[in-house]
Amino acid sequence: MEINIINIGMNHETAPVELRECLASKPDTMVSALATMRDLPYIREGFFLSTCNRVEALAIADDCDEAKKSLVALMSGIGSISKENLISSLYTHEGMAAVEHIFRVASSLDSMVVGEPQILGQIKDAYAEASRQKISGVILNRLMHRAFHAAKRVRTETGISEAAVSISYAAVELAKKIFHELVEKKVLLIGAGEMAELSARHLLSQGVRSMTVANRTLERAVQLAGLFSASPVSFDEITPQLNDVDIVVTSTASQGYVITLEQVKGCLRKRRNRPLFFIDIAVPRDVQPEVNQLDNVYVYDIDDLKGIIQLNMDQRRQEAVKAERIVQEEVLKFEKWLKTLAAVPTIVSLREKAESIVQAEMKKSSSALGNLTNHQRETLEIMTRSIAEKLLSDPISFLKKKAGRPTLNSYLDVTRRLFKLDKE
Amino acid sequence: MAFLWFNLALVFELLATGGFIVYLVKQHKWVFSCSYWLLVAGFFCHTILLVCQYHSLGAVPILGFKSALSFFSWSIIFAYLIFQAKFKLRVLGSFIAPLATFVMLISSTMPWLEGPVGPQFKSILLTVHIVVAFMGNGMFAVTFLAAIMYLLLERSIKQKKFGSFYDRLPSLATLDSINYYSLVYGFILLTLGMITGSIYAQHIIGTYWQWDPKEVWSLITWISYAVLIHERLVVGWRGRKAAIISIICFCILIFSFMGVSLWLGGYHSFDSLGVRKAL
Repeated sequence: MEINIINIGMNHETAPVELRECLASKPDTMVSALATMRDLPYIREGFFLSTCNRVEALAIADDCDEAKKSLVALMSGIGSISKENLISSLYTHEGMAAVEHIFRVASSLDSMVVGEPQILGQIKDAYAEASRQKISGVILNRLMHRAFHAAKRVRTETGISEAAVSISYAAVELAKKIFHELVEKKVLLIGAGEMAELSARHLLSQGVRSMTVANRTLERAVQLAGLFSASPVSFDEITPQLNDVDIVVTSTASQGYVITLEQVKGCLRKRRNRPLFFIDIAVPRDVQPEVNQLDNVYVYDIDDLKGIIQLNMDQRRQEAVKAERIVQEEVLKFEKWLKTLAAVPTIVSLREKAESIVQAEMKKSSSALGNLTNHQRETLEIMTRSIAEKLLSDPISFLKKKAGRPTLNSYLDVTRRLFKLDKE
Repeated sequence: MAFLWFNLALVFELLATGGFIVYLVKQHKWVFSCSYWLLVAGFFCHTILLVCQYHSLGAVPILGFKSALSFFSWSIIFAYLIFQAKFKLRVLGSFIAPLATFVMLISSTMPWLEGPVGPQFKSILLTVHIVVAFMGNGMFAVTFLAAIMYLLLERSIKQKKFGSFYDRLPSLATLDSINYYSLVYGFILLTLGMITGSIYAQHIIGTYWQWDPKEVWSLITWISYAVLIHERLVVGWRGRKAAIISIICFCILIFSFMGVSLWLGGYHSFDSLGVRKAL
């Protein structure tokens, strides 16, 4: 039985935002992808992650090539993208390379903003969904838990997440380059998702005093506004708000543009040309890209923020080297564990055989032993079991130590014959 | 004496410029501090030079092209020192010092021509007219450079290309407000310069205004800056548009400062100021 770990995906580097939009646009992408994966014949365990910056499919498969083909088909189906179009933007990792990739993603080493903490939460959610759908198994469970462990180590042992936290951090840096300081600036949040909340926190920590929240459902806007003592407005009030605010953060799940060129053009005169900065962290984009061409108006979408992030790369490179080393260590540990899997069936049958002998012998002797008190019976059982366990303990640890060595198979063979584990 | 101070000022300013350029590239704070104090030293020598010249001539030393340029360079540095004190913006020096030194270098290539000056130039009104007008020019030089810096940074933000200028320049808001303040101060000084000039003319020539080319071009300059200030205050022009217009205004200013004096004649020209005659 062969174990193939396969990872197919795309990230902000391999795929443009236009393509990622297709896969990230529907809220139930993850659920349906997992459901489809479960029905695929070659895939034993599966995991599917879709965020606005990346799509990752991870599978434990019997047949590598078939599994790859079906994963690509799955993605092209979900995003309604032609396969030819999709393949050029995808990367494929197999075996330990796949493990390493997932560890790096979880540790936020592959993120647009290296060190941003959101990705780990997103992976945890995606993994929870996979468990709920019962498509994760022994290997995937172990892999994901090791990924979380690696991420935790990277965060605590390196300074990688201190330098840059997230996309909203990068956006705040940019806002400072335009406005110098954000004190007394007015901010409008459009869309009341988690992303909006995060940006709001960053902006408030920079001294922003006045904040307004607009959301499709006013209820959620009121809720979020309550958190930041902001004022909630409805979607229809966005246009008059534009006359007044300095920074607009959009993060809606809307399919079309929420802010159009005409809308912004109309407010410029009333604003007396004060600079207006749009931070569009939504995929698909919320602000019409042409708005950026207006004087004193700046639009940054999620891909543009990459540029800012690049600026801080140098400082973080040192920390990233450390983080990569941690990831390597964790990958090696996982690899070792994976290899013990080959020895596991033999060890399990060894234990089973010992247990069945213990049971049989106890049964046989029970008549000769006569009436024992419960306590005596228990002591006797513990004794026989520990004799069996102690006898097996050295051979088992020997086998575990041989895991990953080329000689493992011959030792396994000897063990099975020595203890007669296979029925002829 | 003047010769010594001129060269000392030039050497200090050249060193400061070199330092400011190194600072622009390397971004070491100590390089900035060295360059700044070198520039202050240059400014000090330059001031002594002007005082010496004033003392020996009995009039403001701008009657020859060489002296005029040297005085212009001094006023640019003076404006810089004021803005540096207010905004504490290190990168500003890397733009202003080269311009001031460049003007000083041109001045250094010209021969010393100042001879004795006529009594009509030994007037306190003329001194005020010239000093105020030149300080205005210095302010406008700052406006001009802030506009260039603004355009560089704006381009980088707009096009999302984060080159070395993005890192080194301050925020757009800061550059815009430097542009604004230097514009307002420059405009006030220019206006005062023109008023004192016409009062002086009334004293010497007997008429406030006589359509001398320099006067006409100064008026054109004044109107251009007035339009810019008006648009800024009333319509709310700012940013890129304001920056571009202030660059154009500065070009007009330079023309009326140099071009008119050299080519268009009139009683403001260096020829008629008696310099050539002194040869």
